Amino acid sequence: MADRIALKRVGKRYGALQVCRNIDLTVGEREIVTIVGPSGCGKTTLLRCIDGLIPYEDGDILVEGERITEPRAGVAMVFQHFGLFPWKTVYDNVAYGLRIRGEPAERIAAAVPEYVNMVGLSGFERHYPYQLSGGMQQRCGLARALAVEPKVLLMDEPFAAVDAQTREILQFELLRIWEQRPTTMIFVTHSIEEAVLMGDRVVILKGRPSGVHEVVDVGIPHPRSRATLAERRFAEVREHVWSALMDEARKAEYELGR
Amino acid sequence: MSKPAAPAVPAASAPRERAPGVPLRSRPAVYRIASVIVGLAVWEIVGPHIDPIFFTYPSAIARAAWEMTASGELPKYAWESLQILFYGMLLAIGVGIPVGVIMARFRKVDWVLDTWLNALYSTPTVALVPLLVLWFGIRAEAKVVVVFLFAIFPVLINTYQGVRKVDASFLEVARSFRSSEWQMWRDVLLPWAVPYITAGIRLAIGRGLVGMIIAEFYTAMTGLGYMIVRYAHIFKMDRTFVPVILLMFLGIALTAALKWVERRIAPWNRTED
Repeated sequence: MADRIALKRVGKRYGALQVCRNIDLTVGEREIVTIVGPSGCGKTTLLRCIDGLIPYEDGDILVEGERITEPRAGVAMVFQHFGLFPWKTVYDNVAYGLRIRGEPAERIAAAVPEYVNMVGLSGFERHYPYQLSGGMQQRCGLARALAVEPKVLLMDEPFAAVDAQTREILQFELLRIWEQRPTTMIFVTHSIEEAVLMGDRVVILKGRPSGVHEVVDVGIPHPRSRATLAERRFAEVREHVWSALMDEARKAEYELGR
Repeated sequence: MSKPAAPAVPAASAPRERAPGVPLRSRPAVYRIASVIVGLAVWEIVGPHIDPIFFTYPSAIARAAWEMTASGELPKYAWESLQILFYGMLLAIGVGIPVGVIMARFRKVDWVLDTWLNALYSTPTVALVPLLVLWFGIRAEAKVVVVFLFAIFPVLINTYQGVRKVDASFLEVARSFRSSEWQMWRDVLLPWAVPYITAGIRLAIGRGLVGMIIAEFYTAMTGLGYMIVRYAHIFKMDRTFVPVILLMFLGIALTAALKWVERRIAPWNRTED
């Protein structure tokens, strides 16, 4: 399987603060890689670098072999804060990326209902974001990203801001959608369970500055469903990731307490 | 269905509901209306006892208003004034919004312009009126320029402030989707700034009305301002008050119209007025 994304010795600094360094990572064409790590380890920062939203100082980030210096066509991001425009309806939010790209009106009129339907928002096209629940808002954010038919989907803790039940529903929805149209996906989360459930591989970021501590092969075949959660392999991987992260988390907690 | 025309507006932005259980003595409208009625009644009773050279009273004003409307005098002068106000405001909004956005987006433009604008804003615009009349003559152009100068600053400054305060997460989304600067104006900056801009326009209407009247005082040939001066000079108090009261209603009506427009174009914005 060819690599669609390659990170080579990537490092990011904010002034004197080194956020992460020597990050090596590849993601295949039909692969979901999840990134977990304690808060402040630079997971989201790294994802923003991959999207081209912020610059990085060291190494190379390659998408389809080209170095990322600015946001790239074919890469779409789903944000933790949803990032829906409050002045646009669901329809117009989903159409946003297509309009920016200058797609013809007929194309947009055909595509938007398809993606609205895919994420289960049919009937809510004319609603404004404030009229939707958090879960529905993120469905809309997902549809907006999917509508541009990205080759790479970047998920920045997409379900962190919704309640636990909704989160579970959305996880399986996303898996279902991905299995219909598999793409390259990097999924950042601070939930170990979510990382193992969603990921083909789980990247554990640790340390200050952070680096790749371990890449865990989940080894649970698709399609995944609620039954996956009950599999022995799932529990094993979860425990493994948990113990890899927990010494660090404990240390970090005491460090903050001091 | 391509693009939804009208949003399904929820109860939240529907017209204020009247709570059925509120007793009369707790309703704000009752107090407001009563206050106006009492005020007008006192004026009507006291007014006639004061020398008509200096003062007048509501029924005399109403009579004068009727006469002046019937003779066509009031509509003619009001129309002249409205045109001045309209073009002046149009110019102020048309220049103020883009300059405000540009200054907010490009720091170097901001640095180049801000001293000039602050200086001009700090100068009492009234002081410039004689100069403007000298430059632009006493015809309509001069008055439009005066209205423009009175009205542009609130529009420009509010637009600038609004765009500067734009939520960075929206800019991030726009950049992620590879939006151009112009697309960002259209999709993010201007919609975001709508509440700021309309608040600026609301202030600008008040200032524009002042500018309009002052310009008409100075040029004294047309408009409601001229009318006020002319009747005040011949001590016709009832007729002097007619344009004054018309201006009051004009200010109220324009502000209300703007609020209505704002609700129509920004239904997502549920801030208090």
